Amino acid sequence: MTDATLLTKPAHELAAMLRAGEITSEELTRAHLEQIEALNPTLNAFLAVDADGALATARAIDARRAAGEELGPLAGVPIAVKDNFCTRDLPTTCGSRMLEGWVPPYDATIITRLRDAGLVILGKTNMDEFAMGSSTETSAFGPTRNPWDIDRIPGGSGGGSSAAVAGFLAPLAVGSDTGGSIRQPGAVTGTVGVKPTYGGVSRFGVVAMASSLDQPGPVARTVLDAALLHEVMAGHDPRDSTSIDRPVPALADAARLRDVRGMRVGVVKELGGEGYDVAVEARFLEAVELLKEAGAEVIEVSCPHFTYALSAYYLIHPAEVSSNLARFDAMRYGMRCGDDGTNGAEAVTSITRGEGFGREVKRRLIIGTHALSSGYHDQYYGSAQKVRTLVARDFDAAFELCDVLVSPTTPTVAFKLGERMNDPLAMYKADLCTIPSNLAGNASASFPVGVSDEGLPIGLQVMAPPLADDRLYRIGGWLEAVLEETWGGPLLQQMKPLPETKAVFA
Amino acid sequence: MALTADDVARLAGLARLHLTEAECAELAPELDIILSSVDQVAAVARDDIPMMTHALPLTNVMRDDVVTPSLTPEQALSGAPATEDGRFRVPQILGEDA
Amino acid sequence: MTEILDYDDVLESFDPAIGLEVHVELSTASKMFCGCSTTFGAEPNSQTCPVCLGLPGSLPVVNAKAVESAIRIGLALNCQIAPWGRFARKNYFYPDMTKNFQTSQYDEPIAHDGWVDLEVEGEMFRIEVERAHMEEDAGKLTHVGTSGRIHGAEYSLLDYNRAGTPLIEIVTRPILGTGAKAPQVAKAYVSHLRDLMRALKVSDVRMEHGSLRCDANISLAHKGAQELGIRTETKNVNSLRSVERAITFEMRRQGALLLDGGRVKQETRHFDEATGTTRSGRSKEEAQDYRYFAEPDLVPIAPSAEWIEELRATLPEQPVARRKRLATEWDADELAMRDIVAVGAMDMIEETVAAGAPPQAARKWWVGELARRANEGGVELEELPITPRDVAEVCALVVSGELNDKLARQVFEGVLAGEGSAREVVDARGLAIVSDDGALKEAVDKAIAANPDVAARIRDGKHQAIGALIGQVMKAMRGQADAGRVRELVLEELG
Repeated sequence: MTDATLLTKPAHELAAMLRAGEITSEELTRAHLEQIEALNPTLNAFLAVDADGALATARAIDARRAAGEELGPLAGVPIAVKDNFCTRDLPTTCGSRMLEGWVPPYDATIITRLRDAGLVILGKTNMDEFAMGSSTETSAFGPTRNPWDIDRIPGGSGGGSSAAVAGFLAPLAVGSDTGGSIRQPGAVTGTVGVKPTYGGVSRFGVVAMASSLDQPGPVARTVLDAALLHEVMAGHDPRDSTSIDRPVPALADAARLRDVRGMRVGVVKELGGEGYDVAVEARFLEAVELLKEAGAEVIEVSCPHFTYALSAYYLIHPAEVSSNLARFDAMRYGMRCGDDGTNGAEAVTSITRGEGFGREVKRRLIIGTHALSSGYHDQYYGSAQKVRTLVARDFDAAFELCDVLVSPTTPTVAFKLGERMNDPLAMYKADLCTIPSNLAGNASASFPVGVSDEGLPIGLQVMAPPLADDRLYRIGGWLEAVLEETWGGPLLQQMKPLPETKAVFA
Repeated sequence: MALTADDVARLAGLARLHLTEAECAELAPELDIILSSVDQVAAVARDDIPMMTHALPLTNVMRDDVVTPSLTPEQALSGAPATEDGRFRVPQILGEDA
Repeated sequence: MTEILDYDDVLESFDPAIGLEVHVELSTASKMFCGCSTTFGAEPNSQTCPVCLGLPGSLPVVNAKAVESAIRIGLALNCQIAPWGRFARKNYFYPDMTKNFQTSQYDEPIAHDGWVDLEVEGEMFRIEVERAHMEEDAGKLTHVGTSGRIHGAEYSLLDYNRAGTPLIEIVTRPILGTGAKAPQVAKAYVSHLRDLMRALKVSDVRMEHGSLRCDANISLAHKGAQELGIRTETKNVNSLRSVERAITFEMRRQGALLLDGGRVKQETRHFDEATGTTRSGRSKEEAQDYRYFAEPDLVPIAPSAEWIEELRATLPEQPVARRKRLATEWDADELAMRDIVAVGAMDMIEETVAAGAPPQAARKWWVGELARRANEGGVELEELPITPRDVAEVCALVVSGELNDKLARQVFEGVLAGEGSAREVVDARGLAIVSDDGALKEAVDKAIAANPDVAARIRDGKHQAIGALIGQVMKAMRGQADAGRVRELVLEELG
């Protein structure tokens, strides 16, 4: 009989139990596979589950541990992987019909690192199609639901990973963040999501959306778990030219420090006010108060060009998308339609793309093509890249005064499924606060800070200078400890359990 | 400047994306709203501001000229919709002479 | 049938402007952005990986050797080397391009603003090089169907072994003022590039393998007009001779059109080797919109001044300077040098001289006997199975008197037939000159005895008759005698 409380335990505790021989990885993996079986029909968090592969990996890790082999700190712990990471043994669809059933002939660098560290890959999680969206509703394989309220979105694009972690289907997950795809789902599911410094984690094998903005990162239930996973993922990769060749700061140590005295914390004036939920602002201000009480120095800073960040993003992003997604042409892999002998290659490409891509992808392909086209390039793409410079300069100036910046992660709590599907602009606003860090490339994270009146989770965004990812964990680790003391346990304990769940708190 | 359904159709051609007339008609006003909302970037993008094309100021990332193992032809072709004689088979290519 | 105008008539009314875009495939071991091998002729799709197949998720990493080659080429073309430059994506769909964008350079080429001086029939021309930039090659398409051409093909097959091979594209500014010599200047330029790439050892520049490919832009302007005419871009110009022919044909075709009051259509044309004509390809009336933007997956290349100077120091002698130097060293006049270049013997002669042969002799054998044999066999001189060392060995044997020219030819024949080195052929065939005076004297005496009247004339001082006796002796010795020594012996007897 498996201990039902295993599912709600943080990854670092599970790792300690594995090390101590109190549980086996096989047992732990089986427990998670059972929870997936019970809840995935409701949540649709996983697109593919690799039960046999996961159990085989778990047994192999158990055998190595039994043989006395030195294993990594997270060896034997199960993990979920967003479906835009290439895996040679599992389909990689990016939530799109275009790649339905495609099994890449190679592993992403991060997948190799997870395997080498002994993590057990449970399966691939749902996402907005090619990561374009903030709700996981644009997935060709149906939306993922938020375990806090299954009529609400789990955030996006990485809603599958956030729902899996929040719903106790996996203790850890990896995601990718281009405009907030790790942080915003973290905020609306009460979990921890970190976007490392651009270049801090390898992009090799992560299907590109917007290359200059994409950054893989950890998804977890606790700050220390995220730090430990981040340490497994981080580090130079010679196959990614934009990968940083420098030592990774000590992240887990920072998470364990639990001391923010003397830290200078900047409140970004522009990220708040109109359009922000009252509860979101209230929880944010409470967190700022706690920081003051704990001895941090809180300063208000202005980043005037953040106002233009969303606009710049919605030009740069589709421009890069239009080029990155050109390879889906029905010639070498993926879907092919209209090849009935009457159509030439050009028509087959066009028909396949018309059939294989969903509405949001089409929107962005057209906007991106327009933004780069001759006659408009300077006005749109060129101007947007200049605004990007201005946003980065705002950050530079702010980080002269502060060690970190804080803001709400997203202006509202999880909205209802379908609510914004026909209003792209409203959907795009979910990423208002998260986008500046993607444009500038600095590190940024979302940590749970409480719930709204209707009991929906709210996140605090912490932003640190490039390469100072450890500061995120220092704030996050301290914040988590303080808040859990007032809550009497983790925030997820406040979630009303789903009827089919097997997860129980100790 | 409003984006028309014809503009959308022309852009779809450049993007090799088959759109129905109805899709073009629906997308035009949607895209128009998006584009007009992002128009403001041109207002702050002064001439003296450099473009930021990369998030980090790295230069000269290069690898040595060393051959590393390739995929096998079977692996390379594993995802192909059609193959023949160890090669990718694609429909006839029209519109250009070579 | 395309109307064409007499070449002289074209020149009477028009000034040609040409522009050349030459693609050079670099001979790096691995591809531009991945570690796949670039070896020619491997099993289809056996030299591919996620990167050059453009698989989702893959990322490029620049080959340092390719950058080094690009800089060296730029320096050899007297270009400025950009202190900082990005790669760019050139977006267009074509099935031979796995990402449907080509990773290239756009407004920040690694080398720019250079020049090349050429001499064509005694006249100097300066070709201005606008830019040289790095990019990648595409895969290889085979059209399957009745004709083997695109039209009528039922489907196509793709081999991506070539995809991602590093290319350098070298673009000239419009070349003006060449008049009637336009086609020869173009040919001389491409030939110069070929020699230069070979000297730099950056490419094997085999035009027949497509490792050097040329596109020629041609336009005609009415004499005295200030503006250039509308140009066509002729592709598939893949041999030196084709460069000359394609330009000549385009000048004549455009001339006929313009004189007839017509308008040249701006378009891509294809050169047909078989007929020597060009035909219309894809129309460029609606210009392609390549939507260039800086490649976000690659970081800028910023070669340091030290690196550039280090590479400058590795540059070989410029072809023009080398030719001048060798002409002096070999005491060869302009006409002789032209012959040497025409048969492609420069390198071979230089190596033969380096191996100890007298320049005069080395030149004589390579430009004469050996060039003739290469020509007969339809191969390049350097493809003959004989090394400069063999030739130098033969020259040494001639100098020492062991061989004469006639025997030397037999030695070459033996070496070319695979009978071994020069020395081995001499020994095996027993070709050495008989230097044993005893045997020679015997033959001389016999000849004198057999020709008393000739001997009498020689005794009378009529030395021109001596040739007849020498001939007899040489015949008796089967050519293996030193004619000079025979002459001395005859005179000793009869003088």
